[in-house]
Amino acid sequence: MLARSRADRILDWIITILLLMVGISTLLPLLNTLAISLSDRAAVSGGMVGLWPVGFNLNAYAYILQDEKFWRAFGVSLWRVAVGGALNFALAVLTAFPLSRTARAFPGRDFFMWLFVFGMILNVGIVPWYLTIAGYGLIDNLWALVLHGAVPIWNVIILMNFFRNIPRELEEAARIDGAGPWQLLWSIYLPTSLPALATITLFSIVGHWNSFFDGLILMNNPNNYPLQTYIQQLVIADRPALHGGQARLLAELSNATLNAAKLFVAMIPILLIYPFLQRYFVRGIMLGAVKE
Amino acid sequence: MFKNTDRFAYYLMILPGLLLLFAFTFVPLFYSVIAFQRFNPALGVTGSPWVGLDNILFMFTLRDARQVFFNTVFIASMKIVFMLLTAVIFALLLNEVRVLTIRRSIQTMVYLPHFLSWVILAGILRTILARDGMVNNFLGLFGIGPIYFLGQPNLFPWVIIFSDVWKEFGFEAIVFLAALTAIDPTLYEVAELDGANRFQKMWYISIPGIAPVIVLVGSLSIGNILNAGFDQIFNLYSPIVYSTGDIIDTYVYRIGLIQGQYSLGTAVGLFKTVVALILIGISYWIAGRYANYRIF
Repeated sequence: MLARSRADRILDWIITILLLMVGISTLLPLLNTLAISLSDRAAVSGGMVGLWPVGFNLNAYAYILQDEKFWRAFGVSLWRVAVGGALNFALAVLTAFPLSRTARAFPGRDFFMWLFVFGMILNVGIVPWYLTIAGYGLIDNLWALVLHGAVPIWNVIILMNFFRNIPRELEEAARIDGAGPWQLLWSIYLPTSLPALATITLFSIVGHWNSFFDGLILMNNPNNYPLQTYIQQLVIADRPALHGGQARLLAELSNATLNAAKLFVAMIPILLIYPFLQRYFVRGIMLGAVKE
Repeated sequence: MFKNTDRFAYYLMILPGLLLLFAFTFVPLFYSVIAFQRFNPALGVTGSPWVGLDNILFMFTLRDARQVFFNTVFIASMKIVFMLLTAVIFALLLNEVRVLTIRRSIQTMVYLPHFLSWVILAGILRTILARDGMVNNFLGLFGIGPIYFLGQPNLFPWVIIFSDVWKEFGFEAIVFLAALTAIDPTLYEVAELDGANRFQKMWYISIPGIAPVIVLVGSLSIGNILNAGFDQIFNLYSPIVYSTGDIIDTYVYRIGLIQGQYSLGTAVGLFKTVVALILIGISYWIAGRYANYRIF
């Protein structure tokens, strides 16, 4: 390596500072929201709050603590993350394992694989999708939120690719000991796939936590709204052409400070798991790109 | 070797997934036939009268529908172009940062919005882009504005495009960063011995090194040209900006579910589905042909 020139080092600093500024400015909108949530209402409506709270107080958060509707929605979200995440996990494992077999070991494997990929690509549109779920009588039933996306096909593909890259020797050794498919899956494939399993679980958790639209159209009763749907109705309720009268129901609290605090509280679970997300999502992207 | 009991176990494992796939993906496909009916919820799919291609033909006569199609393609393709550019440039620059902790910190900052929902981010954007919000306050220092970013049809698509870039560019850059680290370091060393400067190394080694990944990402995005981002637009638009901001998905939602024109909504959705399938087919074909990509 040659000694680096002075100009080169200066360029280093310029690039570093530039990117740090890009990074920080990416976060500015979030910081502004946090500052607003901690500020005085009057200061907020006067447009005085930038990145630092003006008239610091925790009133908005104190209010949220007592807000029954907010916590009900929070609870629905936690429920769907737990139940939906567990369903996604079980179905991803059960579907990926047979698909990771060869077509000789599992006749029909290629056909099923195409069926799932076709199902992933196919997006029939919102109307037939709604009519289907309504046809099952699942409107206003929380199970609708976790059942419609219960098979996470992209996760299945990631996991299947991961299973296929596990050394065959492990399986053959277990086979000699008389292990069948269920034992293989349980005692060989699952324990050796922990990073991939963590990745797909986090995919599911974030997906369930963040989705709002299914809650909006499949739930008529606002008591069944998950948190994102609740916030969507609340913060974006100034639009006239919303879903029937639901917007009105939640519009009572449209003040900027409180809304900002709600946005921020809804972010907290994501912020809490962010260190894991960063690590495993990056890995997930790479796993998805693994070729046979 | 391949015992029948094993096969039975495999079929048993895949059965729940197949049933759910059938119930929530293929059953809606059957419901799509209402695109060729005058669907009446009281009569159901079996009882509603058939009208042939009327809904499809009617769709093509709607001025709205054409505008919406144009908006969709415009917003989606601009997103693809600007996202690719931003992510590649960001990755190239970040690759030049040699201090690992600084590099990690920058990544931590720019990945965060990717994990937040459009509901949250739209709430935030509505706040900072408001008349008395952070952005207009800042522009006010220079005597500009206030600009009503979300209420002006000529600005709205660009707010959508750039806020999407803001949310996702860091994350999109991950594949390019990975490709950059995979480049053989001896190439750079040899170039240095030949007296190449930093820019030349970037131009002649880094960019050609990640070109296959750029081609891959670019070709896969062809399949998304009709997806302008429902969640984002749905949470940011309003009737004032329908002329430039309404896209196929939001349009289908409004006419199909809000106005209850089930058949027309389904027809528009079906049209999108068919075109999207063709585009995805093309994009996978190009990705497989030129970037050796296979999803399974």
